[in-house]
Amino acid sequence: MKPSAFDYIRAGDLSEALDALARHGSDARIIAGGQSLLPMLNMRLAKPAVLIDVMGIPGLDKVRREGDAIVVPAGVRQAALMRRPDLSTKQPLLAAALPWLGHYQTRARGTVCGSAAHADPSAEIPLCLVALDGEIRLRSRKASRTVKAGDFFAGMMVTDKGDDELIEAVVFPAARPGTGHAFKEVARRHGDFAIVGCAAVVTADAIHLAVAGVADKPERRSFPLLDGSALSDALNAFAWDLDARDDFHATARLRRDLVRSLGRETIAEALSCRA
Amino acid sequence: MRPETITWTGQSVERVEDAALLTGRGRFIDDLGVRPGTLHAAILRSPHAHADILSIDAATAAAMPGVAAIVTGRDLARLTTPMVAGLKVAVENWPMAVERVRYVGEPVAIVVAQDRYLAEDALDAIEIEYEPRPCVVDPLASLGADAPVLHDKAGANLVSDRFFRYGEPEAAFAEAAHRIEVSIAYPRNTGSPMETFGVVADYDPHEDAYEILANFQGPFSIHAVMARCLKVPGNRLRLRMPPDSGGSFGVKQGVAPYAVLIGVAARLAGAPVKWIEDRLEHLSAAVAATNRVTTLKAAVTSEGRITALDWDQVEDCGAYPRAPEPATLYRMHGNMTGAYDIRNLAIRNRVVLTNKAPTGLVRGFGGPQVYYALERLMQRIAVALGLDPLAVIRANLIQRGQFPYRTASGALYDSGDYAKAIDLAVADGRLAELERRRNEARAAGRRYGIGFAATVEPSVSNMGYITTVLTAAERQKAGPKNGAQATATVSLDPVGSVSVHVASVPQGQGHRTVLAQVVADVFGLPREAISVVVDLDTGKDAWSIASGNYSSRFAAAVAGTAHLAATRLRDKLAAIAASQFDVAPAQIGFAGGAVFAAGDATKTLPFGRIAALSHWSPALLPDGVDQAIRETAFWTPPELSAPTEDDQVNSSLCHGFIFDMAGVEVDVDTGKVRIDRYVTMHDCGRVLHPGMVEGQIRGGFAQALGATFYEELAYADDGAFLTGTFADYLLPTATETPDIAILHIETPSPFTPLGAKGVGEGNCMSTPVCLANAVADALGVAELDLPLTPARVAALVAAPEPARPASERGRAALLGAAKPGDRTLRGEGQAKVAAPPEAIWAMLLDAEQLASIIPGCHGVRKLSETHFKADVTLGVGPVKGRYKAEIRLSDLDEPKAATLTGSVSGALGTGSGSGRVILSAGEGGLTVISYSYEAAVGGKVAAIGGRLLDGAAKAIIGQFFAALARKAAPASARTGFFARLLGRRG
Repeated sequence: MKPSAFDYIRAGDLSEALDALARHGSDARIIAGGQSLLPMLNMRLAKPAVLIDVMGIPGLDKVRREGDAIVVPAGVRQAALMRRPDLSTKQPLLAAALPWLGHYQTRARGTVCGSAAHADPSAEIPLCLVALDGEIRLRSRKASRTVKAGDFFAGMMVTDKGDDELIEAVVFPAARPGTGHAFKEVARRHGDFAIVGCAAVVTADAIHLAVAGVADKPERRSFPLLDGSALSDALNAFAWDLDARDDFHATARLRRDLVRSLGRETIAEALSCRA
Repeated sequence: MRPETITWTGQSVERVEDAALLTGRGRFIDDLGVRPGTLHAAILRSPHAHADILSIDAATAAAMPGVAAIVTGRDLARLTTPMVAGLKVAVENWPMAVERVRYVGEPVAIVVAQDRYLAEDALDAIEIEYEPRPCVVDPLASLGADAPVLHDKAGANLVSDRFFRYGEPEAAFAEAAHRIEVSIAYPRNTGSPMETFGVVADYDPHEDAYEILANFQGPFSIHAVMARCLKVPGNRLRLRMPPDSGGSFGVKQGVAPYAVLIGVAARLAGAPVKWIEDRLEHLSAAVAATNRVTTLKAAVTSEGRITALDWDQVEDCGAYPRAPEPATLYRMHGNMTGAYDIRNLAIRNRVVLTNKAPTGLVRGFGGPQVYYALERLMQRIAVALGLDPLAVIRANLIQRGQFPYRTASGALYDSGDYAKAIDLAVADGRLAELERRRNEARAAGRRYGIGFAATVEPSVSNMGYITTVLTAAERQKAGPKNGAQATATVSLDPVGSVSVHVASVPQGQGHRTVLAQVVADVFGLPREAISVVVDLDTGKDAWSIASGNYSSRFAAAVAGTAHLAATRLRDKLAAIAASQFDVAPAQIGFAGGAVFAAGDATKTLPFGRIAALSHWSPALLPDGVDQAIRETAFWTPPELSAPTEDDQVNSSLCHGFIFDMAGVEVDVDTGKVRIDRYVTMHDCGRVLHPGMVEGQIRGGFAQALGATFYEELAYADDGAFLTGTFADYLLPTATETPDIAILHIETPSPFTPLGAKGVGEGNCMSTPVCLANAVADALGVAELDLPLTPARVAALVAAPEPARPASERGRAALLGAAKPGDRTLRGEGQAKVAAPPEAIWAMLLDAEQLASIIPGCHGVRKLSETHFKADVTLGVGPVKGRYKAEIRLSDLDEPKAATLTGSVSGALGTGSGSGRVILSAGEGGLTVISYSYEAAVGGKVAAIGGRLLDGAAKAIIGQFFAALARKAAPASARTGFFARLLGRRG
């Protein structure tokens, strides 16, 4: 369990990282917290020729407000975002979801943007981005662009990011008055990859429910303020629509059941905390 | 015996081991220095469950920088002979595949290089051609007439089939008011020590001798197996153990085949070679506990009294019945009636081989498999007869007055008071409160259950029990095997300080602390004055085949033997002091660091003066005392005799008792089980160190919790190994492990020097079934197999599922339903391509076009119109691997449909699959490509990425069609082609 040889570039600024990406393309991988990439290197699942470390780039480790948005740049560790004292008021969904993300130790190293780039279908950060209709800011040496989270995640560890692009930041819309948020997850152990994760955002006239762990990427559906059997029907349709599969940890049936039951609980909680 | 002032024994003193371990100063095998010039090994392992090795091409690897040697099965076969097994069967137990692989993870080649990185680089360059064979992973299926046979010379996968009969079981069943049975499929799991295997080996060609350092744990009967395999006499295999070892739980017995392999590698490389196992290697190929299929029947009276048991056990030892197997099946042979007085007993024991990793010692060793069946049966009897489960347990218990109690199958239970232990547990563990909580929960519509388990925990194995697998005639021929020889040495140096050495090789249990306590009490010294050494060198130290750290033998056997050696030395010192003081030896006392004559305050000397006398003034030794410098004691209990002619065997010396009860609540929505309270009552005889006993119980409970809810070494039907990392082989962490209530009674063992019995394995036996009984009570279900995963528990009580909405129904048929255990990847999809079907058809049959469509293709060779070979890099995200691919087209219906069948193989594993592609003309000159596929993935990628494979397969197939679309209609491929052309359902 030793990686193959690679070159290591510790970028001193953003342009150095972008130049290296432009030069090496798909032979290079960005390394930030390394919580997903390093095990892959050690098991030789991944053999990039070049690692570009972005953690030394000044300014990338500061979360900032831009109007109604919370902008989280590439160097921000999950623990740092979680530690922000105003997180539960600025974006309660993140405050509720982050404690489910791995473990204390992995959050201390892992980054928010790294989780988005990795695009694990059961991961909490992509789920929150999709639930909140957040954005991913991509940058290459040539251009910058912004992609909606729903368009960014394309499948199992597959995203819309080009080989020469870096996730410069991810953007979470801040909570708005009158909106309720809730997050629930079922995993085999605390910190494991979710069997099903649910994030609900309820506004004055709509329910948005996003689900991780079932399809090969987080999926979101929006309904009017349904309840009773109408909500059950909507959740049932969502559950079937996600094409759940059996795997070693859970059956497709349990996943559909959880979309129906946990989804309903999550919506109920979001409704109850609409302020 | 001279009365001893007990100062230390029985106290929870601070462990002498902890300061070093907690500050990172432990001396584990990977921390120890090695000789300059030591090389490093990496092992190439089979991605196939069953295959012939057609060729191994290591030329490229051998020429890589830093590579010193490459060892294959042929080299091994030249220098070694197969490892001896406990079974008399024509199976060649090689430690590395010779001509054929029989499980995923089986060693196939070893690279020896300057460092591990270079060695692993070279592994990737070894090319092996395999011819896969059909495989079998299910133990019952392996018995089938058409099952693939693993070892041709053995003729069948059934390698042992023995019937045992004690008392009159047939008559008891004929007369019984009720016959109640359970069927259990006990899963595979393991002990998962924090530190994996490690070996540093060297070979001296001048003496034809091996010197091997390994974190081996015994039993040292395996030393004989290793030496014979290496074709040297025992005195030419010097085996050393490091001072610290990072856990074992039985598992490190399994380092033995690697000691042989690395020894051979060192011999061929002409230099010392070091190998440290990694976690993937460990989980896939180190040691598993056996999985077992059991049917257990009871003949029962209307009052719930069991008059006979009938066991049918099918034991799965994996691909090779590696010594000491089939010990897992026989370790419990004497106590197959558990805590119950049952005189009629029938047992059928079968041992089968399957295409899975070989099995061996794991904490609990045979107990979890047996008690899961026995105690589930007790609960089923209660349910079937409408009785209280606890009343059924109580009605069948062996009573206090019956000890020592000879079981039907021959065990001699040393001591116990089972009824009292249960009464105390019920009272102090507050069963009434649990029952109240159950009533309240059920009244509120929640699923709450209470479970019990009463188990007898054997310890200090009889080295002869394994021979019960042989017939009496075969045993006669082989010569009797029995006993549990323990050894300890106590020495005095020239200043009179005391050193202790034992052959027990602990893995963190705290043996040094306990030995210091026991020996300090013998000499009347402070415990800090005693130095204890536990690393072992078979070239210098006293040891025997029973040496080692297994079958919970330390407190009962090893500490007792150290006490024996110390007592002998002390009695000599008493004789010396008596002659110095001119009193009778019986008057001499040892206390407070002094030796004194009782009743005369002037006759006292510091301990060191008397203790050093043999060094400085041997002329002063009294008659009859040769020396008082070093005393080595060997001890084996007379109760451990060889199996009798009618197959009775006292399989263990000590038999502790455990009674557990648990209250649990099941969440039927999530399938998760919450432990409300867990109470465990133990009788392990005399307790030498209460803190360590508590540690053993808590540790055993945590491992049992894993076995109950989380852990399984899982294989797919095609033999692919599925749990190669701790992301899939789930261990309980502190978050999942509740606090437990621990209770004790003490009935000292009359058979051990200190009255102690083993305690370390009991909860591995009692806890899984206690929790399962609680879940069964909560849900009212009869059939319950481990692990109790959320999906499995939820399925037990699932209501009919809400139907798929009408708009979605069309797809159900296409996907089909997977059967359990079938982990085939299935998928279907559609892509729209802006080109006519004929153009797309032409591309699929054109090698050059294919080369530009197949993701990561480095070139396609066309072998015929419909047969291609390609060299490809496949993957998703950062996960990429280079593979050799073979693709065939069949069922051609030009230009409408074709079947693609393909296989890939590479360093990350293997895959094969087939898909049907249908082209139909759509609107506006578009072609709609519909496809469905089935694929199976094996090797490393299946073992570590199982959760992600479905999505990865979908993504890779998506890449193919995206490339096809791009190639067929380049103009449409500029932006967002993936999202637009690969709609989920078009």
